[in-house]
Amino acid sequence: MAKITFITSDHQTIELEGDSGSVMELAVEHNVNGIDGDCGGVCSCATCHVHVRPEDMEKTGAASEIETDMLELDDNADAYSRLSCQIVISDAIDGVILTVAK
Amino acid sequence: MTDTVCVIIGASHAGVNCAFALRKEGWQGQIILYDADPELPYHRPPLSKTYLTNTEGAQKNLLKSEESYERSEIQLNLGIEVTSIDSGERKIALSDGKVQAYDKLILATGARPLIPPITGLDNAKNIFPLRTMADVEGIRKALGESPKKNVVIIGGGYIGLEIAASLNKLGATVTVLEREERILARVTVSEMSEFFHSLHQKKGVDILTKKNVTAVETNTGHTIICDDGSAYFADIIIIGVGIRVNTEIAEKAGLVTENGIKVDAMAKTSNEDIYAIGDCTFHHNPHYDRFVRLESVQNAVDQAKVAAAAICGKEVIYDSIPWFWSDQYDVKLQIVGLSEGHDNSIIRKEEKEQPCFSIWYFSGDRLLSVDAINSAKAFVLGTKFIKTGQLINKSNLADTSVELKPAHLMI
Ligand SMILES: Cc1cc2nc3c(=O)[nH]c(=O)nc-3n(C[C@H](O)[C@H](O)[C@H](O)COP(=O)(O)OP(=O)(O)OC[C@H]3O[C@@H](n4cnc5c(N)ncnc54)[C@H](O)[C@@H]3O)c2cc1C
Ligand code: FES
Repeated sequence: MAKITFITSDHQTIELEGDSGSVMELAVEHNVNGIDGDCGGVCSCATCHVHVRPEDMEKTGAASEIETDMLELDDNADAYSRLSCQIVISDAIDGVILTVAK
Repeated sequence: MTDTVCVIIGASHAGVNCAFALRKEGWQGQIILYDADPELPYHRPPLSKTYLTNTEGAQKNLLKSEESYERSEIQLNLGIEVTSIDSGERKIALSDGKVQAYDKLILATGARPLIPPITGLDNAKNIFPLRTMADVEGIRKALGESPKKNVVIIGGGYIGLEIAASLNKLGATVTVLEREERILARVTVSEMSEFFHSLHQKKGVDILTKKNVTAVETNTGHTIICDDGSAYFADIIIIGVGIRVNTEIAEKAGLVTENGIKVDAMAKTSNEDIYAIGDCTFHHNPHYDRFVRLESVQNAVDQAKVAAAAICGKEVIYDSIPWFWSDQYDVKLQIVGLSEGHDNSIIRKEEKEQPCFSIWYFSGDRLLSVDAINSAKAFVLGTKFIKTGQLINKSNLADTSVELKPAHLMI
């Protein structure tokens, strides 16, 4: 079981728990504002963009090439950006705090 | 909550997104969704991709969780068909005999598979289109314990090819019969058709073109007969020859339809209180200055948001640039824009182990569209240039020693 905290752009803090699937799926299931997951999690829509806290990057790992490419021209993207459909939920990411991108 | 009622017919990508967007935009009244499909609304693209190959896929790929509808006070009525619209009285009739009044009505009725007039198709078993979860379950059941079966797919469009890739992965022997000279003939250029053709052949899927199926004979299995006299055996037949738009109830209600339900820039139909969104609409695209009917998640979601905002009194217009994707084996195709009407194109092939290339379609110097194979970079760059209308340095684009970056492509 991993605890994951989302901070939305309307400054809500939402704490959720999950044990499988992707972070995007967990967020959509609980209606986290700003994570739409329109493509269903296949890296095609970039509507699941989050910023990872620098200190949590080790847990989530860095973005893959396709994630970086999808976000390359997004003005809100930075070195801590991930597409949350590509973050798999496991004990390894317990405690991460994710800020939903604008 | 006020007592105004917004009714949405069709609870799929367009209808569901519209319901939630209405709440976001501040709609205070009731929101009532109807769908003939009894399943909790789900993502459709994975039907031909991961749902076919993965047993637990479906539950994970709901558009929204059941609680989300409750939380947002959206009434979801599944397994109920809307049979007619009385636009004068502002009421709809339902298949359970009830009648529902509305103040605003949204048609998100999408499309259904086109079943071609092939002799013998009606009384044959194990024949499936693929549009719904029930279709996927039917195919999986027919494949049964042993997926080592002969499958013939009629139609070599994106959906047919995705199904071919999925069933091949499961171990079936797959043949695709395409009527045109090449697969994907309606939607892409010959280079792209050739790429997918050889990709499938390499994986062991037999792709046959210029095969016009005229009859199906059923004994223990099926014999599929083409007009050139050739015949193919199949345990399972899958039909992927395109769709028909669900416009019947709109037509009967007197709404203007023309290759889809005709809507304006705010997704409003010819009736003041009725909107239409998604696959069922025929709408104007300002970037290309023509009317189009699109079959894509992007169009369903974006048009849904526009309709919701318009109903809530916002000044909006639908002016998105269309985009689409298709996943086959480990190849990802991403398309942005509409290539129709292009008069020249540039192919850019990156030096990589995996296939990685993009086709850029122009009308003169104006970029219309990009097809990107395993190249999200080309996809996002293409999107940017189409959006801004900025001209492109074509020789840099064609030269793979010049890295794909906005600054390198600008003139
Ligand atoms: C197998 C498959 C793969 C696809 N892959 C991709 C892809 O990779 N990328 C992409 O962008 N797009 C893809 N698409 C297309 C995408 O799924 C559609 O564009 C999208 O579903 C359109 O959404 P919609 O809500 O407009 O219509 P639909 O999804 O067709 O939904 C319409 C709904 O309305 C209901 N309905 C219709 N009439 C009535 C009535 N009278 N009463 C009650 N209910 C009614 C239907 O039951 C249906 O649920 C794919 C489609 C399929 C079938
Ligand atoms: S859900 Fe579409 S990119 Fe993550």
